[in-house]
Amino acid sequence: MSDTSLHSVARGAEPELKDYFALLKPRVMSLVVFTALVGLLVAPVPVHPFLIFTSVLFIALGGGASGALNMWWDADIDRIMRRTQKRPIPAGKVSEGEALGLGLALSGLAVIMLALSANIVAGALLAFTIFFYVVIYTMWLKRWTPQNIVIGGAAGAFPPMIGWAVATGGVSVESVLMFALIFIWTPPHFWALALFMKSDYDEAKVPMLTVTHGHDTTRRHILAYTVLLAVTSLALAFTSIGGPAYLACALVMNFRFLVGAWKIWKRDTAQAEADAYGEEKRFFKLSLWYLFAHFTALLVDAALRSFGIWGGLA
Amino acid sequence: MIRATHEIHDRRRGRNFGLGLILIAFVGIVFGMTIVKVGGGQDVLGTGMINQEAGQ
Repeated sequence: MSDTSLHSVARGAEPELKDYFALLKPRVMSLVVFTALVGLLVAPVPVHPFLIFTSVLFIALGGGASGALNMWWDADIDRIMRRTQKRPIPAGKVSEGEALGLGLALSGLAVIMLALSANIVAGALLAFTIFFYVVIYTMWLKRWTPQNIVIGGAAGAFPPMIGWAVATGGVSVESVLMFALIFIWTPPHFWALALFMKSDYDEAKVPMLTVTHGHDTTRRHILAYTVLLAVTSLALAFTSIGGPAYLACALVMNFRFLVGAWKIWKRDTAQAEADAYGEEKRFFKLSLWYLFAHFTALLVDAALRSFGIWGGLA
Repeated sequence: MIRATHEIHDRRRGRNFGLGLILIAFVGIVFGMTIVKVGGGQDVLGTGMINQEAGQ
C-alpha cells in the first residue's frame, strides 16, 4: 500500500481543533454551564470549589457530546437549513464518523467523570439527559411530531437539576421546578423563532408547529405556554431557594413576557409581515433575557441568604 | 516509504499540540479531584502545609 493511500483524506482541508469544538455547540454549552452552576450554587449543601469546577465542566462536556451526536444524526437536514449550513459536517470540515466517535467517547467520559466528581445520581441524570436529547428528541421526535420542541425542551432543562444533584445527591421540589421553568420556557422561545424563520424548517421537512398547524395555532400555543410558565416561575419563588430578588424578577419578567405573548396572539400573519415580524423578534429576544434574569435572581437570593440578609420566602 | 516526519505531522501539528494540552489538563483535573475527594481536608501528601495553614 502506498504512502499516499494511507494518509489521503477525502475532505479538502484538515480539520482543526476548533472544528471539533464547534461540534460541541459552544453556545448551547454556555447556557448549560450557567444553569447547572446556578442549580449547584443555590443548593443548601456546600461543595468544594474545585469539585464545583470539575462537575460543571463534565456536565458541559456531556451537553457538548450530545450536541456532537445531534450533528451526526442531523447532518442531512443541516445541509438544507441556512442557519445550520456552516456547522462542521455540512461545511465539510469534519466527517460524520468523527462526530459520532467524538460524541460517544465524550458522553462516556463525561458521565463517568461526573459520577466520580460528584455522585452516582448526578452521573445517572447526565446519562439520561444525553440519551433523551439524542435518542428521544433527535432520532425519534424531532422529525415526527410538531410537539418536538415541547418534549425536546426537557433535555435542555436537566442541567440545573443535575447541578442540584451534584450538591445534594438527590432530586427535590426546588430542582424539579427549576427543570419545569426551562422546560415550559422552551416552546414559546422556539416557536417565536419558528414564526420568523419558517422557510428553513419547511425546506428541511422538520414538522414545526408553524409548518404543520399554521401560524395562528402557534400564536395560541405561545400564549398558553406563557401563562403556564408564569405560574411555574412564581411557584419557584415560594420554595426554599426563592427570595425577594427572585420574586421581583419573576413579577417583572412574567408581566413583560405575558404582554409580549398577548400581542403575538392578537395579530395575524399579514400584520406580522407588515412589520417584518418585529413583535415576534422582540419576544424571542426577551425570552433569552427572561431565563437569564430568573437564574441570576436565584443566585442573588442565594448570596443574600449566605450573608444572612434574607431567609427566603419559604 | 515511511519517513520520520511525514507532511501529515506538519499539517496536524497545531491539532496535536492542542490535544496534548487537553490531556495534560485532564490529568491535572483527575489529580486535583483525587486530592480533594481522598483528602477531605486531611494532609494526604504529608507536606505539612495544611497544618501550617491551620496554625496561622
